[in-house]
Amino acid sequence: MVMTADSPGKKIEVDGLRLRYGAKEVIHGISFHVEPHEIFAIIGPAQSGKTSLLRCINRTIEFTAGTRVGGKVLVDGEDVQQVKSVYELRRRIGMVAPLPVGLPLSIYDNVAFAPRAAGVRGKDDLDGLIERCLRQAALWDEVKDRLDSLGTKLSGGQQQRLTIARALSHQPEVLCLDEFSIAIDPVTTMRIEDVLKELKNEMTIILVTNLVQQARRLASRTMFLWNGNIVEVDRNEVIFSDAPASKHTLDYVNGIFG
Amino acid sequence: MFTQTPLVRRKQRNEIIAKWIFGAMAVAMVVPLLLIIFHLVSRAWPLLSWDFLVTNPVGGMRRGGVWSAFLGTIYLVVMSLCISAPIGVLAAVYLNEYARDSWFTRIINLAVVNLAGVPSIVHALFGLGAFVIFAGMGRSILAASLTLAIMTLPVIIASTKESLAAVPVSFREACWNVGASRWQTIRRIVLPNSISGILTGVILQVSRTAGETAPIMFTGAVFFKKIPEGDLFAYNLRDQCMALSMHLYTVTTQVTNAPEALPYAIAVILLATVLFANALSISLRVYLRSRKKW
Ligand SMILES: Nc1ncnc2c1ncn2[C@@H]1O[C@H](COP(=O)(O)OP(=O)(O)OP(=O)(O)O)[C@@H](O)[C@H]1O
Ligand SMILES: [Mg+2]
Repeated sequence: MVMTADSPGKKIEVDGLRLRYGAKEVIHGISFHVEPHEIFAIIGPAQSGKTSLLRCINRTIEFTAGTRVGGKVLVDGEDVQQVKSVYELRRRIGMVAPLPVGLPLSIYDNVAFAPRAAGVRGKDDLDGLIERCLRQAALWDEVKDRLDSLGTKLSGGQQQRLTIARALSHQPEVLCLDEFSIAIDPVTTMRIEDVLKELKNEMTIILVTNLVQQARRLASRTMFLWNGNIVEVDRNEVIFSDAPASKHTLDYVNGIFG
Repeated sequence: MFTQTPLVRRKQRNEIIAKWIFGAMAVAMVVPLLLIIFHLVSRAWPLLSWDFLVTNPVGGMRRGGVWSAFLGTIYLVVMSLCISAPIGVLAAVYLNEYARDSWFTRIINLAVVNLAGVPSIVHALFGLGAFVIFAGMGRSILAASLTLAIMTLPVIIASTKESLAAVPVSFREACWNVGASRWQTIRRIVLPNSISGILTGVILQVSRTAGETAPIMFTGAVFFKKIPEGDLFAYNLRDQCMALSMHLYTVTTQVTNAPEALPYAIAVILLATVLFANALSISLRVYLRSRKKW
């Protein structure tokens, strides 16, 4: 566990983050932190800025024209705007998008893509790494005999696990999952949830989810984001209790929000 | 169980009518092409032979073959594509993958679209002024190829951009998310998956370059030139050359008493060259499509 003097126990610290798409501000100066080795859930209705927030953390927001980011995001106390290499930053943060994306490469190459882009070449190193990532993503048994077939030809749920394996392939310190379960069945979802509980020992996990129950099952703390503002962020015992700090939280968690 | 309601019957009838109309249109497209080919070939028949292709025109262009014109066309096509394809593809990659939406890129895009619509005679005058006179190249294969390259460049940029844009953005995002740079993403994912479209777009320009007369008339093509037969390297880039399109024009308008079949035979060679290039492009496309990965 890495701790620095000014941010003890904070893997990620977000400080007054603002985000504008053109003239429209969609995140209005939010501050929170994520502790090392926890599963931190972010819940909130559509359009509340959850995906945008994740993209600010790994700075892929920069690929969208006309965005402007204010405030600070610190990873291990280091401002993401000041890091030496943005590619290195993105490798430290694994990102799993809502819709599964198998790259038009073989299954093997899908997972080897990131290590290769980072300069890993040795076949033995890659073989071991790829097996480990596919195992962690609960996909190994299904694909171990056809690693050279196309990743795009897998089923939706398999592609989502492939995406997770790819996110693990660059050995991130933080794993961000953005509604990872919307394209997959409940059984697979449960298997991945088990995986996440295991992975927590090795990394910090940020879980954006539309399923309130998923946040309740997995996370130790949960943040309720609404229209670009934090309504409440607290330990799960509080958020999912009868008396969270905000009435909105209670309504949302109980599905009577409107 | 499934009784036909009037609504269903009407739907089925419309379906059948639509099918026949669309089918008829498709046939109507093919018939003129076949008629043209049939007409040309039957008129050209007495002259068509291998010798016709590989001998120079003789006797005031009334006898002999089309060798110097055929080779000239090949030179012009290959040279101009060697110039316009790399520049066009790189420019398109920049515009589609790197450029942000700014007034600068908007102006470039506008220029590309408008240049594609400029008549070829205007390109001809530009080539005459810029390459032949100003750059001091004189009338030469080089000047003519550059002129043709300028003419095809915007079209290649446009078709390449389209092929690049057909690669889903989600692929790029997936690459960026794992820390790949833009260039790594382009080289490993975007280009391999758009190459068939890019190549097709480039090869389709063969027919355009081979068919144009205006741009080369002022910049490098001559009425008549004798070159060693059977020598593929007979032309020098500084030379002027003959070209099939121009030769056809000359024979039909300037040469009296030419055999009746001659213009048709020249047209057949020109058409065959173009169709060969198109067939190449189609088979390339089919081959690369069969390896398509999503
Ligand atoms: N590329 C973009 N350009 C302009 N506005 C955008 C863009 N992406 C997102 N937005 C806007 O930002 C706001 C937040 O969107 P975001 O996708 O972050 O929400 P979300 O919480 O992830 O929603 P969902 O639960 O539907 O995924 C929305 O109002 C959306 O319209
Ligand atoms: Mg989202």
